Amino acid sequence: MAHSLESRVLAVNGPLITVEVIRGHHIMMNEVAYVMHGDIGLKAEVIRIRGNMAYIQVFENTVGVKVGDPVVFTDELLSATLGPGMLGQIYDGLQNPLNELDNIQGFFLRRGHYLSALDTSKKWEFTPLVTQGARVKAGQYLGRVSEGMFDHHIMVPLALQGGFEVMDIAGPGSYTVEDMIATLKNAEGRESPVSMKQKWPIKLPIRAYKERLLPDRPLLTQCRMIDIFFPIAEGGTACIPGPFGAGKTVLQQIISRYAQADIVIIVACGERAGEVVETIRDFPKLEDPKTGRSLMDRTVIICNTSSMPVAAREASIYTGVTLGEYYRQLGLKVLLLADSTSRWAQALRESSARMEEIPGEEAFPAYLESRIAAIYERAGLVKLYNDVTGSLTMIGSVSPAGGNFEEPVTQNTLKVVGAFYGLSRARSDQRRYPAIDPMISWSIYLKQMEASLSLLHPKWRTLIEEARELLYRGNDIHQMMLVIGEESISIEDLIILLKAETVDAVCLQQDSFDAVDRATPRERQVDDFLLLMDMVHTTFSFENREECKKEMTRLRNNFFQMKYYPFKSDGYQKYRQEIREILEERVKVE
Amino acid sequence: MIVEYTQITSIQGDIIAVEAKDIRYGELAAVRSRLRTSLAQVIRLRGNEVLLQVFAGAKGISTGDRVRFLGHPMQVTYGDAMLGRVFNGSGLPLDAGPDLRSYPRHEVGGPSVNPVKRIIPRGFIETRVPMIDVFNPLVESQKLPIFAAAGEPYNELLTRVGIRANADVVILGGIGLKHDEYLKFRHAFEEAGVLPRTVMFIHTASDPVVERLLVPDMSLALAEQFGVSGKRVLVLLSDMTAFADAMKEVAISMDQVPSNLGYPGSLYSDLAARYEKAVDFEGAGSITILAVTTMPGDDVTHPVPDNTGYITEGQFYLKNGVVEPFGSLSRLKQLVVGSVTREDHGYIMNSMIRLFARSREVEQKLAMGFEKTEDDERFLKYGRLFYDRFMDLKVDIGLNSALDLGWKTLAECFNPDEVGIKQSMIDGYWPGQGRSEFGD
Ligand SMILES: Nc1ncnc2c1ncn2[C@@H]1O[C@H](COP(=O)(O)OP(=O)(O)OP(=O)(O)O)[C@@H](O)[C@H]1O
Ligand SMILES: [Mg+2]
Repeated sequence: MAHSLESRVLAVNGPLITVEVIRGHHIMMNEVAYVMHGDIGLKAEVIRIRGNMAYIQVFENTVGVKVGDPVVFTDELLSATLGPGMLGQIYDGLQNPLNELDNIQGFFLRRGHYLSALDTSKKWEFTPLVTQGARVKAGQYLGRVSEGMFDHHIMVPLALQGGFEVMDIAGPGSYTVEDMIATLKNAEGRESPVSMKQKWPIKLPIRAYKERLLPDRPLLTQCRMIDIFFPIAEGGTACIPGPFGAGKTVLQQIISRYAQADIVIIVACGERAGEVVETIRDFPKLEDPKTGRSLMDRTVIICNTSSMPVAAREASIYTGVTLGEYYRQLGLKVLLLADSTSRWAQALRESSARMEEIPGEEAFPAYLESRIAAIYERAGLVKLYNDVTGSLTMIGSVSPAGGNFEEPVTQNTLKVVGAFYGLSRARSDQRRYPAIDPMISWSIYLKQMEASLSLLHPKWRTLIEEARELLYRGNDIHQMMLVIGEESISIEDLIILLKAETVDAVCLQQDSFDAVDRATPRERQVDDFLLLMDMVHTTFSFENREECKKEMTRLRNNFFQMKYYPFKSDGYQKYRQEIREILEERVKVE
Repeated sequence: MIVEYTQITSIQGDIIAVEAKDIRYGELAAVRSRLRTSLAQVIRLRGNEVLLQVFAGAKGISTGDRVRFLGHPMQVTYGDAMLGRVFNGSGLPLDAGPDLRSYPRHEVGGPSVNPVKRIIPRGFIETRVPMIDVFNPLVESQKLPIFAAAGEPYNELLTRVGIRANADVVILGGIGLKHDEYLKFRHAFEEAGVLPRTVMFIHTASDPVVERLLVPDMSLALAEQFGVSGKRVLVLLSDMTAFADAMKEVAISMDQVPSNLGYPGSLYSDLAARYEKAVDFEGAGSITILAVTTMPGDDVTHPVPDNTGYITEGQFYLKNGVVEPFGSLSRLKQLVVGSVTREDHGYIMNSMIRLFARSREVEQKLAMGFEKTEDDERFLKYGRLFYDRFMDLKVDIGLNSALDLGWKTLAECFNPDEVGIKQSMIDGYWPGQGRSEFGD
């Protein structure tokens, strides 16, 4: 081995490279390093240090690397670049803008090419918000630029520790993200120049706020099953486990379009490229009904699909969360969707296996549990220094091996999230979409948000519980019927069963591909649900089974037809009226 | 100067170790033993120790054999001259055709396509198999496996779809293929006139196991070249479970900790790296992948079909000689259903399956000895019609005829308010309501 002044490759095992570090050089855990290969450097992260050996995980294919190739350490942690200009971007897991790469590289992603995450030539119209002499600390605003529909506040860099005095602040004018807009001085008199762009190590949470608040208000997704039965809170967390093809991605896609968030961050983590393409190509054309702008203007896509390097997949979720926390610092309502966290866990498993760590359950490393917890813990509702609230809500899908929820990723995720949307094969096989199984799913937020939900209807929570009770009973009766036969159940039970099926068909099931049905605004959710509950509360009595089935089918069909008409349209009103009449008729019979 | 190394220090499974310097990770080597010369690939470097995976297997390799490094990773020849030819997993001709060594060569297992260079696929591929066309339509650039237990006619289905798909170039990758099956493919392609635009990479069951690993990579690397040059390519792979089993063998010889039933923890990524080659290029051609995944013990939760299902864009589940409506799925269907295909397509597709689920339930119930109600009767009838008109693989009709037949079948068994279809569609298509047209 050449004993030169450089650190060099000692061993190559796929993306794991062992480096002999030159004596006297200090290296840092999670530091970024580059393996020099011809005229390119392959980006890597230090994941273990032992004596003078560093184990680095390369974010690229390592074909062609030789023992003895030089390795350069950068003295920087793996970081995200934050600032104006991220909205509408499509990044890879390391925050390379894929659109820019495309201009340079054509069809394929060539390794070793890294570009700035932010456009460094674009000028932003800056307005200062502080004056010289102001006392500030990390996360406090120095000024703002407007980015699309948002005020993008420029803050004291989050990585700066302690208190500062503003020595100098730029006047109103246009600046690039690299221009200096302020100079800060700390207590020791050290000066730090500040631009609009900053870096933050992706694996550490951003904590520049006054306090964390208990998530107590809903984040509307416009998916009825979620909003009504298993609501998610602003700043809350949820997971969507389900076997392949059960509908995790479609559910996430529909949420990414219609959720009432300010910013949506989509992390396509180790899944199909084709699915991201749908988002990339459709979003610019879709209008955000709230703002009238393109959906892309509120979206950031982090895309490290399954054939992209596995190590970068591990980083992609952290990159997404870091961006989410950053926007939360701006006082925005951020929603992060990660599909799928199992692929991230598998990336951990692959690197753990290469490092020959002692494997735990299903060969996942023992630290899987704490890593999962640490990620979801970064979600939350916070009160910022200026008393404005910001939130980061996280919904991750989980892809359990064999569709069996008893596996480590699902189980460890369930321990930390506030809502569980379990998709079942049985429901997806029957095309009952979204295939969230109401029998097993739960949300702690229904109770936690009771005060704000009761504004919808004074007895909202009670009604939901009644509806769920009905679904449970309907399910029991259905099971019983399969065992003892339809003829052996009472007509009363049959009515319960048919009521439950109606609730299922018209409320729980929602067709993601129907222009009207795919998103239900809150007002309609409430109106339709209350009408449905009127049906549930109505006492029916029938002469015989035949009449019972016939009448209940007619009623259900009316509800069913109604849901495909736009809210309050003529067709909608017509079916609503018909349902009312049928129900009132019943009351008269009483 | 060509350096030959002779210090083979260990042999384990099909992995050999040799002492050598200045070797690149992933490069190829030729291992010359008493019986033959075999290709091998560098799969690990540790100081001067180089681990090589020998494609022809390590049987008969001695510690004194010679290893020559080639300085480049695995490559595939590209050119129209490849069409109509048959090669083995390492890319050597198996037929008597001319030598292709002068043609350009491209590395296999290259980088992924930049997602922003992909477009949303919209090309509906009509197969005239109603279970596919109506319920799980195949779309150009889709990656889709046929899940089947041993003994199911999966290769027949593969052949049939392969011929119907009307691709510019068909690439057949045979992995652990029985020789008879290979001949059947060849014969069917010949009859249909597809052979002149077909390239075959054939690894048969009697060839060395590790060589299987090359077949998907060779097939897909070639497909990529054709695709970039504007061709619509269809890649047929049979059987990807044999490919996964070869990976398992290698992992075990490397003492890797298995994650599930002996398969390496990277199984998902390894399979995805192949399947993700399916693509619709912006401004160029496309690659569609149709594969066979045999299910050991007919178990979908077995790691190979399970991981595959998580990667591919749906699956055709072949069971008892028919494409099962439950468990089969085309995830790209929404890109064509009702927009590229007829407006009523989506409604027929969903409603017929939902009702078929009921008829299965009724069957189960009756099998348990319960009395038959009038309702049951109708569902049974529906189930029978559904089987005969749609599921039976002998049925060979176009999509629109199949949709019309769907409405007819519904009307023969149910009232319009029982099928859960929105009124405007019922008004337009329910037989006897006016405008339904029959025939293709
Ligand atoms: N809400 C829905 N409405 C209509 N169809 C749906 C819905 N959800 C899922 N589907 C159908 O099921 C298919 C599979 O859904 P999806 O891709 O979301 O599954 P998944 O759970 O993400 O699977 P994987 O784990 O393999 O990624 C879709 O392509 C679509 O055809
Ligand atoms: Mg998915």
